[in-house]
Amino acid sequence: MPKDGGIGASSKRREDVRFLTGEGNYTDDINLRGQAYVFFLRSDIAHGTLNSVDTSAAESMPGVVKIFTGADFTEVGSIPCGWQVTDRHGEVMQEPRHPVLAFGKVRHVGEPIAAVVAETLGQARDAAEAINVDISELPAVIDMKQAVKEGAPKVHDDLTSNLCYDWGFVEENKAAVDKAFEDAHHVTTLELVNNRLVANPMEPRVAVGDYSRGTGDHTLYTTSQNPHVIRLLMGAFVLGIPEHKLRVVAPDVGGGFGTKIFHYQEEAFCTFAAKACNRPVKWTSSRSEAFMSDAHGRDHVTKIQMALDADNNFTALRTDTYANMGAYLSTFAPSVPTWLHGTLMAGNYKTPLIYVNVKAVFTNTVPVDAYRGAGRPEATYQLERLVDKCAHELGVDPIALRRQNFITEFPYATPVAVEYDTGDYVATMDKLEEIADISGFEARRKESEAKGKLRGFGVNCYIEACGIAPSNLVGQLGARAGLYESATVRVNATGGLVVMTGSHSHGQGHETAFPQVIAEMIGIDESMIEIVHGDTANTPMGMGTYGSRSLAVGGSAMVRATEKIIAKAKKIASHLLEASEGDIELKDGAFSVAGTDKSVAWGDVTLAAYVPHNYPLEDIEPGLEETAFYDPSNFTYPSGAYACEVELDPETGHVTIERFAAADDFGNIVNPMIVSGQVHGGIAQGIGQALMENCSYDSEGQLLSASYMDYAMPRASDLPFYTVDHSCQTPCTHNPLGVKGCGEAGAIGSPPAVVNAVLDAMRSGGKSVDHIDMPVTPQRVWAAMNG
Amino acid sequence: MYNFDVEKPTSVADAVKALSRDEAQPLSGGQTLIPTLKARLAMPSVLVSLSGIREMQGVRLADDGRLCIGGGTIHRAVAEEAKPHYPGLASLAARIGDPAVRNRGTIGGSVANNDPSACYPAGVLASGATIVTNSREIEADDFFQGMFSTALEEGEIITEVKFPVPEKARYEKFIQPASRFPLVAAFVAKFSDGVRVAVTGASENGVFRWTEAETALSANFSAKALEGLTLDGGSMISDLHGSGAYRAHLVGVMTKRAVLDLV
Repeated sequence: MPKDGGIGASSKRREDVRFLTGEGNYTDDINLRGQAYVFFLRSDIAHGTLNSVDTSAAESMPGVVKIFTGADFTEVGSIPCGWQVTDRHGEVMQEPRHPVLAFGKVRHVGEPIAAVVAETLGQARDAAEAINVDISELPAVIDMKQAVKEGAPKVHDDLTSNLCYDWGFVEENKAAVDKAFEDAHHVTTLELVNNRLVANPMEPRVAVGDYSRGTGDHTLYTTSQNPHVIRLLMGAFVLGIPEHKLRVVAPDVGGGFGTKIFHYQEEAFCTFAAKACNRPVKWTSSRSEAFMSDAHGRDHVTKIQMALDADNNFTALRTDTYANMGAYLSTFAPSVPTWLHGTLMAGNYKTPLIYVNVKAVFTNTVPVDAYRGAGRPEATYQLERLVDKCAHELGVDPIALRRQNFITEFPYATPVAVEYDTGDYVATMDKLEEIADISGFEARRKESEAKGKLRGFGVNCYIEACGIAPSNLVGQLGARAGLYESATVRVNATGGLVVMTGSHSHGQGHETAFPQVIAEMIGIDESMIEIVHGDTANTPMGMGTYGSRSLAVGGSAMVRATEKIIAKAKKIASHLLEASEGDIELKDGAFSVAGTDKSVAWGDVTLAAYVPHNYPLEDIEPGLEETAFYDPSNFTYPSGAYACEVELDPETGHVTIERFAAADDFGNIVNPMIVSGQVHGGIAQGIGQALMENCSYDSEGQLLSASYMDYAMPRASDLPFYTVDHSCQTPCTHNPLGVKGCGEAGAIGSPPAVVNAVLDAMRSGGKSVDHIDMPVTPQRVWAAMNG
Repeated sequence: MYNFDVEKPTSVADAVKALSRDEAQPLSGGQTLIPTLKARLAMPSVLVSLSGIREMQGVRLADDGRLCIGGGTIHRAVAEEAKPHYPGLASLAARIGDPAVRNRGTIGGSVANNDPSACYPAGVLASGATIVTNSREIEADDFFQGMFSTALEEGEIITEVKFPVPEKARYEKFIQPASRFPLVAAFVAKFSDGVRVAVTGASENGVFRWTEAETALSANFSAKALEGLTLDGGSMISDLHGSGAYRAHLVGVMTKRAVLDLV
């Protein structure tokens, strides 16, 4: 019998009422009195010397308030990078200055050169066309392997090369790994590309800067996943505004997928310009701007090798990856191909020796940073494609090869520094075999063949790491931030609660799921609990939402604060009931004395806290409000097994996804419906990457896929109904809820299954193809089938 | 978008007059023009909307058996109203773009724009239709002159397109996954005196007739007749979504599938 409230109930998302009825309050809905509009003049050249920016004609255009160029920002800080990677030789990464507006050089198409603030957006745009920019074009650096060659043009003249870092992990293992390859019975090698993606949240980025001369207070309204992080980065490192004079508000945000984690120039600009112009300044990205200014995702080129012994046991793994940073280091870019990628290379397997090399490279392209999964999809894709190739070369069943090499005992310390606390990879694979109806596949293949089509089946496993932590460890790894989360729980006199969380909801359903947890703890109705997030003025310092951390880390902070509330409420109840505190029990929203029928309702206790007439004032303070900061002791490790069935039209190369099954282990689950929704959305993005999405540049650095005319987003008609299951649950051992995180799993776990299925389909058509790169477009399939 | 005036005449004569203004541009659905304006890639002084002209609306069967479609008729109307008379053409109209496009875009706008990846030019050319303007009639074979290029003079308006109705016809398209325009599409029309095949999406010169396929199919209307026929990928569009060789291959596949649907 499903629960109708509390932990485990599929409560309907309360936030959807306002989202689906047009009552949401997004950043672009915020319009301040006297606001002006900014239009950014962006470079249409990928690489060039910026000789001059002549704004004289534009200054006198109608409606122009003020025009800014790079020269106006030489006194402010660089857009900061939040993670410093140390390379395999002990050297810190090369870190270029990242200006608010281009100065001296332009380094990618879309880089802002000048900003026009005007009374209307149309006037700002008109004036921008009258700005005369003189750029001497330089050869563009686009291909990563070319970029690191001796004598390649440099993206940053003051750096020694285009190599940001050359990271080896674990460097001490390298010799042993190489030796294992020499001794191997079989070696499988695969070279592949993890295609560059554009996140494309439904809501484009928006920033509104405001400044009060009267108080000296700055406010930035922005489309962010983490307003406190923006306040710290922009306030402390770019504009020099102390945090107590800067408020950052991220109201309703229409999807982030990682690309709204980062601090962007446009945010710093609007905050800066609001003071310089003494009026609010608003920027709303057009979709075209988003393609060339939102941080992109993925873009790795990898060679991966597996060594196996005569019994098909994995003995060693090594990888060489080139990771594109783009023209500048976005906020968390250096961490993605290293600590969020190298540490996951063991996957679900007990491979004893692993060595990962990653070369991060500057190119004349939009900066690349975390996108749904961030490093873990890249790791999973390489490994799970490679394992399939191993199985094919050895002539063994891909599922059996996986099962043979599964990690089966937990906790398990991998050779790549992390320790998996719990998991049961056999159970998720068993579940997958059941829900994917593998036994019915051959019959379905025959049906497809009768129609002149080919049918393929592919599987993969995945392991990922959520809730990156603890802070002292990530500090050693180069993070320039803590990775705790915070919550303040405020109980009102009449018993309702407001939770002010440092997490941020931009589609995840926090407003529904978080109250379920507190309702369960206290035994009250979910409707008595409200979640507040997104405003630095009324939430405690928090790190925001990314890396599937909200429930595992933010939810845990909320649990800790609620535990403090309950402890204090019990003291008050013991006073009201004239009983010993140790005898007080909380159940179904009432405090009772153990073994008696004496009880006092939740609301009576909360009222006493604020109307303390009959109250132990000598022992405890009035009021009922507690804050907790929670810093996890480890990551959480969700895992699962996915299966995809495709149908392939051999005449056109067109691939359709016919069936998709996902068996996930997310530990304990608060709201199964929201979890299923997260998996559905993640799979859609994973299938998008596998079959359709491709951010492509030409050799001159022009963005070829610069609009929806050329960047293919998956639509509902491209996707099947999924079979998802999350009944395999091995709870996390180190957070109070036993939860693991589910936001990225779908995007991490799905691409290899899709590509493995396509290769299987091609083989069934008599074409032995062992590799095809994503996106697996009809043209690529046709070329592979006819190559 | 730059500023411009809008005129909405109610007769063809008034529209022609309005279009004589400097930098005037006709607006007939705007499915290409409006995005172009939004991107500031065009700067007309006046847009002359053709949607208020009643005489350019609707689908009717003429006495000579031709199906006549007013230049301002939206795709959805053709999809519905042409179905009893010319189902092959109605099916093409029903699959253009998405519902929003089909409720705004018009046959006249599509044919006048002659986008190399548009659907309608294939239907018009394969049907051997006649394009009627405010001043003359132009045969489809003379009308399409290359990518975005037609026989229309400045200020000339397509008031109607007259389609001879074939015995049977089928439009097969393979969509470009991002834009959902045809990557390649073929319209096969079988008349009592021969077969016409028009291809869109593929050529650098826009819609074209595949005459080798027409000859083969006129002699023997079967998929077998197409075996061994190939096109040169060298003159085909080559982009992110398909090389010239791939497009040339797809022309054969789409044509064959259209024929298979009809036999």
